[in-house]
This record gives sequence, C-alpha cells and structure tokens, in this order.
Amino acid sequence: MNRRCASEFVSGLTLALALGFGLASPALARDQIRVVGSSTVFPFATAVAERFGRSTAFRTPVVESTGTGGGLKLFCAGVGLQHPDVSNASRRIKKSEVEQCFANGVREIVEVRIGYDGIVIANSKRARRFELHEEQIFLALAKQVPVAGKLVPNPYRRWRDIVPTLPDFEIEVFGPPPTSGTRDAFVELAMEGGAKKIPLLEALRARDKRAFKALAHAIREDGAYIEAGENDNLIVQKLEANPAALGVFGFSFLDQNGDRLQGSLVGGRTPSFENITSGEYGISRSLYFYIKKAHVGVVPGIVEYLREFTSARAMGEVGYLADKGLIPLPAPELRAQRDAALALTPLSLP
Amino acid sequence: MTEPRAADARPNTLRRTRAGKQSLARRYAAERRFRSYGLLAIGFALLSLALLLGSIIHRGLPAFIHHEVRLELHFDPVLLGIERATAPEAFAFADCEALLRASLQSFFPEARERRARRELFALLSAGAGFELCATLAAQPALLGSRGARSLPLSSDADRYFKGEVNAALPESERRLSDRQLAWLDALAAAGRIERRFAMRFFTGGDSREPELAGVLGALVGSFWTLLVTLLLSFPVGVAAAVYLEEFAPKGRLIDLVEVNINNLAAVPSIVFGLLGLAVFLNFFGLPRSVPLVGGMVLALMTLPTVIIASRSALLAVPPSIREAALGVGASPLQVVMHHVLPLALPGILTGAIIGMARALGETAPLLMIGMVAFIVDIPGGPLEPASALPVQVFLWADSPERAFEARTSAAILLLLTFLVAMNLTAVLLRSRFERRY
Repeated sequence: MNRRCASEFVSGLTLALALGFGLASPALARDQIRVVGSSTVFPFATAVAERFGRSTAFRTPVVESTGTGGGLKLFCAGVGLQHPDVSNASRRIKKSEVEQCFANGVREIVEVRIGYDGIVIANSKRARRFELHEEQIFLALAKQVPVAGKLVPNPYRRWRDIVPTLPDFEIEVFGPPPTSGTRDAFVELAMEGGAKKIPLLEALRARDKRAFKALAHAIREDGAYIEAGENDNLIVQKLEANPAALGVFGFSFLDQNGDRLQGSLVGGRTPSFENITSGEYGISRSLYFYIKKAHVGVVPGIVEYLREFTSARAMGEVGYLADKGLIPLPAPELRAQRDAALALTPLSLP
Repeated sequence: MTEPRAADARPNTLRRTRAGKQSLARRYAAERRFRSYGLLAIGFALLSLALLLGSIIHRGLPAFIHHEVRLELHFDPVLLGIERATAPEAFAFADCEALLRASLQSFFPEARERRARRELFALLSAGAGFELCATLAAQPALLGSRGARSLPLSSDADRYFKGEVNAALPESERRLSDRQLAWLDALAAAGRIERRFAMRFFTGGDSREPELAGVLGALVGSFWTLLVTLLLSFPVGVAAAVYLEEFAPKGRLIDLVEVNINNLAAVPSIVFGLLGLAVFLNFFGLPRSVPLVGGMVLALMTLPTVIIASRSALLAVPPSIREAALGVGASPLQVVMHHVLPLALPGILTGAIIGMARALGETAPLLMIGMVAFIVDIPGGPLEPASALPVQVFLWADSPERAFEARTSAAILLLLTFLVAMNLTAVLLRSRFERRY
C-alpha cells in the first residue's frame, strides 16, 4: 500500500512534467480563427462568429475582448499562427499602430467598417428626462471651465448651476475609464464638440490646437464623474439604484433596457436607432475590424468569416447585428465595404 | 489558587457590600454586552450570506426554466432546398428556417407585410433552425413527413412568459411590440407554449443567444484546467513540503526558501497571470486560451498553499512515530514513505482540495493568457481553446441581453455548488481520517 503510494507519487510527477513540456509543440497547428480587440465590437463579432461556426464546416472562431488598443497591439505583433488573425476596433487604426504593424512584418491589413455605435447619456425612468446640449455636457464634466472669461477648476455642483432649466440634481455621472474606447469616443465627440461651442475655447482652438485638446479632453476628477469600469451592465444597475445619476454607455445597452432607462436628448435629438443612423444624434462613432492578409489561406475560413460578417443578413439594415444594437451602414456604403473587403484591398497609409 | 481562603472569602465580601454588588453587576452586564456583540456579529454575517444567496437564487432560478413552442412542421425537401438527401452533410445547407417560417405563417396568416413577418419570426430563437437541421441530419427518414416539434422561443418571448416583461409600458420601451405580445398570447391560448426544464443550460457551450447559452464548455474547460493544476501542483508541492520538513538541513538558505514560499502565498493572482503571459506564452510559445497554460499558471498560484498545508500536516505527525520507525531499522526514506506521509495524507489532501477550490474560482490570471474569450466549441482536451466557469460568469455579466442576468446568477449558483462540494469533501476528509495523538 505504502509502496504503491510512493510509486504513484513518482509516476504522477513524471506525467505532470510530460504534460508541461512534452506537449508544447502542437501549438503550431491552428484551424480556428482568432479574433481580439474592442469590447464594444465584441457583442457583434461573437454573434457573427457563432453563426459562422454553426452554418459552415469551419470551427467557431475564438473571440477575445481585449480593448481596441490591446487588440491592435496583439494583432500588430507579427505574422504567424501564434498571432491573432482579426482585430476589432471601436476607432480607426492609428498611424502609429500601422507603423508598428509594418515594423513587425504585418504589411497588408484589410480594413472593414461595420457600422456605427451611438454613445448615450441615460438616466433612470423614475426621474425626469435630461435635455442636454454638448456645451452643457462639457461644462458639467470638464476639469477646467471658462467662467467670466477665465479658466477655473470646474465650480458646478448641480445641473441647475449650469442652466436653470436642467434638473436640480447633483452632477453625478457614471462612465467608462480611460482605457475604454467608449471613453475616447465620448471625450472626442461630446466633450470636444461641446468645447467648440464655447467662444472662448473656440478662440483658443484657433490659436493653439494642442492646448485646446488638452483642455477639452480633461474630465474632472473631483468625484462628479465616476469611473464605473468597463462593465456597462454595472452602470445600468447603478442608475436604477440612483435616479439622480446619469450614465454614459453604448447604445445596445439602452436598447436592451428601454423599460428602465431613458436616453437623454443631446442637441434636441433622442438617441434612437433612426437618429443615430441618420447622423442627427451627434455622439456616434464608426466601428471597424482589421484582417491580416498574410493569414488568409493559412488559417482556414478567414474569407468565409469576412463574407458572413459583411453579408446583408448580418450587417444589413435588418440584419441580426442590428438586433444586437449595431447601427448599420447605409446600403451603398455597406456594398462598398463588402466589395473592398472581399477583394482584400489592403489599407494604404493615410 | 495558592490562597484558597482568600478566594473563598472574596465572593462573600463582593456580595455583601454595596460597592461589591455594583461592581459585580457591572461585570455581569459587560459580559452580557460582549456576548450580545458576538451574537450580533454572527447574526449580521449570517444575514448578509442569506441575502446574497437569496438574491442569487431568486435571480438565477428562472434560468433553469425555458419556454418552447410546439409547431406543426412539414419536412418538405423542396422548401428545405434539398432534393432527396443522401449525405448527412447536405443538411448543413438546408434552409431549416424556411420550415419554421412556413409553420408560423400558417398559424398567423394575417402577418403578411415584411415588417410583420420579421417580428413574427423574431419570436423564435435564432438557434431553432440549427436545432431542426441537427435533428434532420440525425434522422434523415423524417424528410417528407409531417410532425410536431418543440422549438425554443427567443429570450425576449421567454421573458414575457416568465412575467418579466411589463406589457403596460409604451410599446417603444419594450423589446416586444404589441403585435408580438398578441401573437404570443394567441400561441399560449392554443396550448402551443410549453414550460420546460432548460436542458440547454447544461448541455450547451457559450452562445450570444441567452436561450442557447450553456455552461458545459466552461465546465469542461475548468475540468481540464484543474486537472493540469492538480497534476502539477500536488506532486511538486508535496515533494517540496516533504523535503523541507523531513530532509532539509536547517540553515539560512532554507529559511530564505520558507520566507519566499510564505510570501508567494500572498501574491495577488493577476501577477501569476502576467508571469504566465511572459514565460509560457511569449518565451515558450505555448498557444493562447488553452487549459494547459491556464492550469500551469494556476498551479504556480496554488503551489504555496499546497506546500504550506502539507508542511503543517507533516508537522502534526508526532516525532515518536519517526523515532520508532528509525529504531526498528527503517531508512529515512522508508520512514517518510511508509509512516509519515500516509499519516499526513488526509491533511495534505485537505490542503490540496482547498487550493483547487481557490483555483476554480479564479479569473484574473486567466485574463492575461486569453482564457477570457468567447468560445462556443466544447474543448476536447487541454490543448483546445477553453474558458472556465468563473470566466463564463464574468462574460455573461457583461452581456447586454437582459436574459443573461438570470444566466449569470445560475452560473454563479453552479460555481458555488462546486466550491461547497469541494470544501465539504475537505472537511469530511479531515474529520474522517485525521488522527489525534
């Protein structure tokens, strides 16, 4: 009995070591597409991946949610099966990232624009609906605001202090942290858009673009803007518990929670499917994914995945991605994207 | 003790004098207060636990029930777009959704225009067609026949029958339109709606459709991960503990090793994930998202726990056993293998199980090595991409679809069940086999 115990011990050890080091080689073969990138595109990419896996003979792609920046970093790390084939992005690839890709041998990247995502500012149904303008969003959330011709640390505590027509609630906004693509877009569209409408800041922009950007992109850190993590469901729950607070998140979460949340009007427009599609609702951005051309034909199914993603039944006006909350491209634009994608036209450096 | 007279005399003086009585009363009151604080603390802990469990169970239970609709189907090869199929692969390209559409259309002939038809078909799960095709592929004889089949409803329709959709709200604020609600009511009135146990929750992999999403993929992923963890951390941990406790010479070096092991046990788990990324993925070139790497990372994390638990179990074996064995002529190795280790084994196993339970609940290290991913296929081995049970909870908690709320809680319940079972095994092992000397 005891002898057996000892011999089992030794055999267990060898087995473990064999597992650890002996099996390192099969890493090279891969028959499954690997997708990384934006957490905003994640719900859409996974829906496509699942359909693709079910309706074709290929294996279902593995989709990781790493954030846009993290995804492109992995994507641009090189050509080879240990690197991902596709990267999702909630903004366009930056020039520095393309250069990074080039430096690592990723020379041909195919860009596909899949649609729009609206960023909504919402609160609980139990409170009044907010009617905001972009400059009010800026005044409520910026670190420094102009008061009487001078820049001062944000003095506004309540919404009413900004404009008397706004509710008499304390300014309390739950939003994404700086690592999030949603935050980038919110800052660029809503905050910068708002700052441009303030004459003093517009004058600064004409003089010194860099200083203007730094000012427009700085969100206050005195507790009025609360970073709520990347989990949008968490924000939804916090809004439900606190009717006086606002939350910033993607349109698909408002779409799913229409019974308990209401989107604030921005510039007189509700964040509805129609208003975002037509571009009348100001805070919306394009979503993309990028394909490594060098992997086409090496990893099976990439072209078919591309075909599924760009098909009308997925990305189209009434496709299943629209059901998931994606704001689709206009039909001619969709066709152009599809043709360019299927021809594998590589991105040229801007 | 040494002065029994004084001890006898004091209560008397205490009880007799006024000051004595007061001081006694104060002391009793202080003790009562202290006890009530303790009771309050326990009560508070129990109440929090009950609230937590209650809310998880309350939210999670609806996920175990799913509503299906029974449809009369005609397995028409023409409608399916396949003529007399010979090979089962042909069914992969069959238009099974056309059958469903035809059946629903015949039930509600008034839904004619495009938008109405879209709304009507949206009542069924997106997976209904695929399920039907799978049935057909398994039973090709069905082709051309007629019959009734139960198919999953979409999660929105399912939530309506669970009473989670407020029909009193304006139409624009609901996921279901007035028309859709009327159709669902008509189907229910016709006795077509069936309430079923949600088997898919246990037999399915991950999915973006809440009604199709299941935990099996995550469960199997956790199994492979823990297997690798156990195979690595248990032998290495026990060997390290035996050497340190029984053979190591006392000295500076061994002290340093001990301090390091104790420190490692307190290192945040994300650090092990970063280590795994740097060493296993980037240096050794192992694939991303596979249970092998996950298991290796978690093994590093549980190793200190196993070593510390094993050492204390070995320490609990009295020296008389070792001395007796040495006395009758056993070699040091024989002493350890024949006497000390078997006696310490219950304690060692307890430590290992508790370490495994911690590894089962861990997501942070897995994030770094790509196991936090959307993976539909059930992993067939430790080298196929997989997620793990707590990762599944994390991913579902982040999904926009409302029905994932219940799935999240249900997955937490499952995870808790496993954790409780493991900890219970550890407790039982200890109480059953542990010896007191």
